[in-house]
Amino acid sequence: MKASIRVIISVITTLLGLLIITFVIGRVLPVDPVLAVVGDHAPAELYARTRHEMGLDRPLWEQFWIYLSHVLRGDLGMSLRTSHPVLSDIASVFPATLELATAGTLIGIIFGVPAGVWAAVHQDRWQDHLVRFLGLFGYSVPIFWLGLMGLLLFYAELDWLPGPGRLDFGYEDMIEPVTGIMTIDTLISGDMELFKNALMHLILPASILGYYSLAYISRMTRSLMLGQLRQEYILTARVKGVSERLIIWRHAMRNIRVPLLTVIVLSYASLLEGSVLTETVFVWNGLGLYITNSLFSVDMTAVLGGTLVIGCVFIFINMLTDITYRVLDPRAR
Amino acid sequence: MKPMLKSAVAALMLTLAAGTVAQAATPKDTLVMAYVIDDIISLDPAEIYEISSSEYQANVYDHLVVLNVKDTTQILNRAAESWSVSPDGKTFTFKIRPGIKFQSGNELTANDAAFSLQRYVILDKSPAFILNQFGLTKDNAKEKIRAKDASTLEIELDKAYAPSFFLNCLTYTSSIVDQKLVMSHEQNGDLGNAWLKTNYAGSGPFFLKEWKPNESLLLTTNPTYWGGVPKIKRVLIRNVTESATQQLLLQKGDVDIARNITGDQLTALEKDKDVKLQAASKATLWYLGLNVKNPDLAKPEVRKALKYLIDYDGLANTLFKGVGKPHQTILPEGQLGASDAMPYKLDVEKAKELLKQAGLENGFSITMDTTNKTETMELAQAIQSSWAKAGVKLEIKPADNKQTLTKYRARQHDIYVGVWGSDYQDPHSNAEGFATNMDNSDNAKTKPLAWRNSWDIPDLTKEVYAARDEMDSSKRVAMYQDIQQKVLDNGPYVILFQQIETAAVKKNVDGFIVGPSFDLDLYHDVVKH
Repeated sequence: MKASIRVIISVITTLLGLLIITFVIGRVLPVDPVLAVVGDHAPAELYARTRHEMGLDRPLWEQFWIYLSHVLRGDLGMSLRTSHPVLSDIASVFPATLELATAGTLIGIIFGVPAGVWAAVHQDRWQDHLVRFLGLFGYSVPIFWLGLMGLLLFYAELDWLPGPGRLDFGYEDMIEPVTGIMTIDTLISGDMELFKNALMHLILPASILGYYSLAYISRMTRSLMLGQLRQEYILTARVKGVSERLIIWRHAMRNIRVPLLTVIVLSYASLLEGSVLTETVFVWNGLGLYITNSLFSVDMTAVLGGTLVIGCVFIFINMLTDITYRVLDPRAR
Repeated sequence: MKPMLKSAVAALMLTLAAGTVAQAATPKDTLVMAYVIDDIISLDPAEIYEISSSEYQANVYDHLVVLNVKDTTQILNRAAESWSVSPDGKTFTFKIRPGIKFQSGNELTANDAAFSLQRYVILDKSPAFILNQFGLTKDNAKEKIRAKDASTLEIELDKAYAPSFFLNCLTYTSSIVDQKLVMSHEQNGDLGNAWLKTNYAGSGPFFLKEWKPNESLLLTTNPTYWGGVPKIKRVLIRNVTESATQQLLLQKGDVDIARNITGDQLTALEKDKDVKLQAASKATLWYLGLNVKNPDLAKPEVRKALKYLIDYDGLANTLFKGVGKPHQTILPEGQLGASDAMPYKLDVEKAKELLKQAGLENGFSITMDTTNKTETMELAQAIQSSWAKAGVKLEIKPADNKQTLTKYRARQHDIYVGVWGSDYQDPHSNAEGFATNMDNSDNAKTKPLAWRNSWDIPDLTKEVYAARDEMDSSKRVAMYQDIQQKVLDNGPYVILFQQIETAAVKKNVDGFIVGPSFDLDLYHDVVKH
């Protein structure tokens, strides 16, 4: 009981802190949000009236209090930039990011974990160097560059994959958003051609994000695995004649799965914030792009809303991880 | 990120342009266009003031009158079948064309026209000032803008103005909305504004099917359009922010038109035999604002010297290739009375001479505020190096667009790199912006560009308003020529370029019109072969 109260208090303080910081940053920027609404040519009266309507002539704390009281009622406000409620904007862009991040993370796990193990087992031999090199490359190359190269090679040159967008542009209005996740929505629509189209569009951006997350996951897996392989219980198992495969996947893996889970969750959470550059290159209307564009238009209501959602996602994922720890590691119960 | 991205892509595009690529295809009955449309904040004509929403409005709403795309000094009747003006020049009467139907099926009448024009004034959003100029206010709009009967609209102005001035202004502010439909969505006396921000109530050649902010605009054809039913069935305008991506999509056939083409992409596209380039000069000027509060810039010789220190032709052939052409007067080409005088060219000796006259033979130091966009930064750097030739040490202060603009509007700059688009296609728009300053004090009521650059010009201000009201067209032209010359000689502006918009269009697409202003980019005649 006490523990859950503590959790609730910490969640509330975290979110409140997040809002206050974002709010203050938005207000102290030497940028005029009124201009974003009325434009450069606006006459002085219109400017003054709009400023008043936006509440910007009130004291800062009062502005924040008004915002907060709306949020508590579940109202994230209207976006100045899109004339839509922020909540509905986010509901329409978040699934796109969720789809991309999930696909990317899956690719990262499927290839990253075995690669890390493989490198650890062959420590300091060519296999190890190869994995480490690929990891370093994925980590240091700018992601938009990878994205553009991918498009030029697989779309423009080889024609294996479709171009930017979540569907061919001509198909876009044929799909009614149900979940907002394009691969699922096309599947629901029952049109296999559209589903295939959506899936093909997902491959390239997901692989690029996947490569990025693979680079991180494989590196961490390698070092965690190396740590285990030096332990005495591994030596004992080897002496007892247990097969190498069992030693790695049964014994060592069991001991690194909790820290490994943390690594994977962190990587997933960072992709969920939205990868602005990937979203820009692939014309993928996700949360990252939404928040960035809102920031450029000084649409602080939208920025605050987006930040709040990301905060909640982080907290939710962290809680989920805590629960999983308890399942995986009896000592944490 | 952008410069790196651009050079990487530019290099690859060149190699790519040579290779043959398999073609994807857009649906035959749909025009698919890649365009930056993330500036749209509202779809209500009484509120629309951004570039891409102006274009939207021109294609989905009928206007009383429009400009002739081929000659913008001419005005064409659209929803108005004819117009006349009373002998005292104050009352305009419009006969409404019969038989125009809104999407809802309602007939378009003079009541809708009066309601639509009143809305501009009463809602008092960004475009309202255009009608406010004629003494139409929130309080008198319902009385001064009236439907005499179902087919006659009357508008009474506070005094006589040049008829061309009033009609030019109407071309932007006369989108006619469906009164019954709009009012059925009214809440708290907002004249349906909240609803119309994201919805549609018009009668134009295209209807709005769906707007997804920052993603796409989908238009469908009006199957009974009075001015001829468009040949294509749908127009999909897809928001693609990166020019490089737009080019890629175009060359692969995933879009029919790429709208935001930059100078460095033109070379590759010129070579592509499946693509044609359509260019038009827009009523938008690139200029430097010189704040005469700065004691050095207050000297006319210094301002003139700076005008002689710019390599206009060199810049036009490099940085501004396909994006801008040299232009030095305050009225852009295409507007009534616009002058194409170009007295200034790079002349370092002359500039040094002028600086010497001003007592600054050893040069001086000055700062310049610019937005941190690539094109503006590159322009600023080019100017920095050519000014250095005469000993002018320029410090560039790049920042976010809205940040520099905030500073400019408070006239806290020395020099500002500005981009100015006319509000409507009448010479008064730019003349008022650049050459009037009613009150040069810090708390002035109106703060046009002349105020922002602290240029105190009581006589010129009077002349501009006299030109606005001149009923005789040829006299009006002569007055604007004089105003342009005065600004050219002494004004605190180095006018650099007039913007050119280039659209890259697939060879199989005909009839797309890139006009001289953004509300003259039209899709009505588009056909795909």
